[in-house]
Amino acid sequence: MKELLMGNEAVAWGALAAGVSVACGYPGTPSTEVLETLAKINPGWVHVEWSVNEKSAAEVAIGAAYTGARALITMKQVGLNVASDPLLCVNYVGVKGGLVIYVADDPGPISSQTEQDTRHFAKYACIPAFDCSSPEEAFHMVQDAFAYSEKYGGPVILRSTTRVCHSCAPVEIPQVSPPSVIPEFEKGSQWVIFPRLSFLNKQKLAAREPEISRDFCQYPFNQRIGEGKIGIACGGISYAYVKEAIEGQEHLFQILKIATPYPFPEDLALSFLTDTEKILVFEELDPLIEDELIYLSGKKGICAHISGKRDHSVAAAGELSAAAIRRTLSAHGICAEVAEPQPAADLPHVPNRPPVLCAGCPHRASFYAVKKACSEQQAIFCGDIGCYTLGNAPPLNMVDTCLCMGGGVTLAQGLFHSKIQDIPFAFIGDSTFFASGINGVINALTNQAQLILIILDNGTTAMTGHQSHPGLGKTISGQTVTPIRIEHILTALGLESVQVVDPLDYPRALAAVKTALQQNGVRAVIFRSPCVALLKDTVPLKVDEPRCIGCNRCIRELGCPALSAHQHKAVIDATLCNGCGLCRHICPQSCIV
Amino acid sequence: MTTKSVLLVGVGGQGTILASKLLTTGLMQAGYDVKMSEIHGMSQRGGSVSSQVRYGEKVLSPVIEPGGADILVSFEVMEALRWLNYLKPTGKVIVNQYQLPPMPVITGEAVYAADIIEDLRAHADVTVVNAAAIASELGNPKAMNIVLLGAIIKAMQLTDIDWEQLIRETVKPAFVDLNIKAVHRGMEAVE
Repeated sequence: MKELLMGNEAVAWGALAAGVSVACGYPGTPSTEVLETLAKINPGWVHVEWSVNEKSAAEVAIGAAYTGARALITMKQVGLNVASDPLLCVNYVGVKGGLVIYVADDPGPISSQTEQDTRHFAKYACIPAFDCSSPEEAFHMVQDAFAYSEKYGGPVILRSTTRVCHSCAPVEIPQVSPPSVIPEFEKGSQWVIFPRLSFLNKQKLAAREPEISRDFCQYPFNQRIGEGKIGIACGGISYAYVKEAIEGQEHLFQILKIATPYPFPEDLALSFLTDTEKILVFEELDPLIEDELIYLSGKKGICAHISGKRDHSVAAAGELSAAAIRRTLSAHGICAEVAEPQPAADLPHVPNRPPVLCAGCPHRASFYAVKKACSEQQAIFCGDIGCYTLGNAPPLNMVDTCLCMGGGVTLAQGLFHSKIQDIPFAFIGDSTFFASGINGVINALTNQAQLILIILDNGTTAMTGHQSHPGLGKTISGQTVTPIRIEHILTALGLESVQVVDPLDYPRALAAVKTALQQNGVRAVIFRSPCVALLKDTVPLKVDEPRCIGCNRCIRELGCPALSAHQHKAVIDATLCNGCGLCRHICPQSCIV
Repeated sequence: MTTKSVLLVGVGGQGTILASKLLTTGLMQAGYDVKMSEIHGMSQRGGSVSSQVRYGEKVLSPVIEPGGADILVSFEVMEALRWLNYLKPTGKVIVNQYQLPPMPVITGEAVYAADIIEDLRAHADVTVVNAAAIASELGNPKAMNIVLLGAIIKAMQLTDIDWEQLIRETVKPAFVDLNIKAVHRGMEAVE
């Protein structure tokens, strides 16, 4: 039976059909739904876990793959940076059971810090990589990836991008049965990475590269389509855009679809190079296919005319589209010019609609308390990755820096050691604290930094859709485990001041920050209040209109989407308000009830 | 048949994804090839969002291009204006009579234009649906996404598909009756 599956759901079903035994990851858009789906459809024989971060996830999965079990790791592209230490090493060591690293790239970027390209990582790490162009392909490729991983005895990457991860298509739901392999760890020197072993294994990796390249020329998802004299090379979702862009003119073109960007299927590409008169390369993120074709034409002495990102025929950043491809084709005189529909000139200006903290979000209350406590102090607010990055927006303006997961707490130390006069604050969410914040706190303590650590503990991993983490006492599969308390960790590390406060209790929240401002060393305030999106049956507040003097302080200071001005008076949108009550604390008329 | 494209736009949190998923599943069960694209993550926190549904004999790309939508369904008034250039010249607009001021408007840096629906009418075939009021009447303002789904079904002439059955199969039992009523009220709201 066919079901409508999102690309990430298709990966989960494919992995289950391939007999995966262990699946680990850390939430990150656009990769998150793979593990969530696996946990949901798990017939009981798969160990599925949200690991504390991507490095831990990779190591857990590698351990499983050493026994012959099939293991899956999932992450977004920046998570791959965190996991890169074990992943770069494991290729030297090898695995026994299939090990598939699923990485979701984010062209745009739509929901990420960077536009990095995992295909480069594959080449750098000498890990074979598959690149899927649709949910249906993702379903098949993850199964193929497990088979190739075992065939070559090493890890394999399955790379996807947002428009594959989060697009839905009909996929046949497979019959699944438990893995037949009996896991066993055979002791031997091959599992211990030593320089001498790595020297030998590096030679093997180099030797197998052309072998896998030849093998991949036979891989059915690597394709040459059509017999036209204009070549189009593409891979991943760009293939769908290319098909759409050239619909009705297919006879002009010959498409080289690259499903295995590393090792590059050279023999297949070679016949494409020699059979075409001109080549355009359409790929998102980096010009990897383009560079491979340029390299190959140089190596083989072929005079090829290759256009893509290198000659600025294709934009360097952002998503591709069928329209963008048509524009490039027309700029190269291949297709008729197509004007992109523009917004009509006589329409009113449409203001931006940036994402915002939800109405009732406890982070708003935390930021507001810190802001007010620091009204007479010079302070720098180091933010981190999560919903609370949105605290940067006016009117809060409470995020001065944001770099990478867990980076705020350490970055704040650099500010301190540079001897600036401002007081450094580090804001970090509960999930991010567990993922990579703890090390930063240890670093601060041992190297005598002074900073105020604000933990925004909303009891979930909110931005990616409410995943569990070690502080919650619940696993991805719903099992109850002992929660790890953030205040216990901080106290055990040696912090002398750790205050736990409900940020929606404004007077106490303000007092807690003021207390911290009077202290020295590393001191922490844990603002603990559940994510408002998880609350049910909240009761909205309303403005007692006759008493409202229209000062608009609540609107100007809080930036709450439920509050707006109507004929100069504040009004509360009852469908948005969750009744957090922060606005009541700042209304000079006490007219919010 | 040529591929049809339904563009659902709104504000993160308004339920565009659920409406698109129901629509796409119904189309798939009716035998169409379908593709749907949605955006998760940061923009879901009150940002401008879109869900894209395409159906036909064979659908290639999951993404709708500017000038490519047969119907633009806006869950919020201003968002219809933002996405209007995605509409085909012959396309239709369904707009929910519901305004959510974005933060630059709330803080006074920008203005929410007064007569957007009139502006839309000058450029396209527009049907206004008061989905917010209908959903509130049915007892749950959050059901406005399903009212709008009903409007799409009628406007795209897809009433032959058994939507009631699909709702029973996919929606939590406590919300089945509400959603069935909402989808019918949405259909009635379009001529």
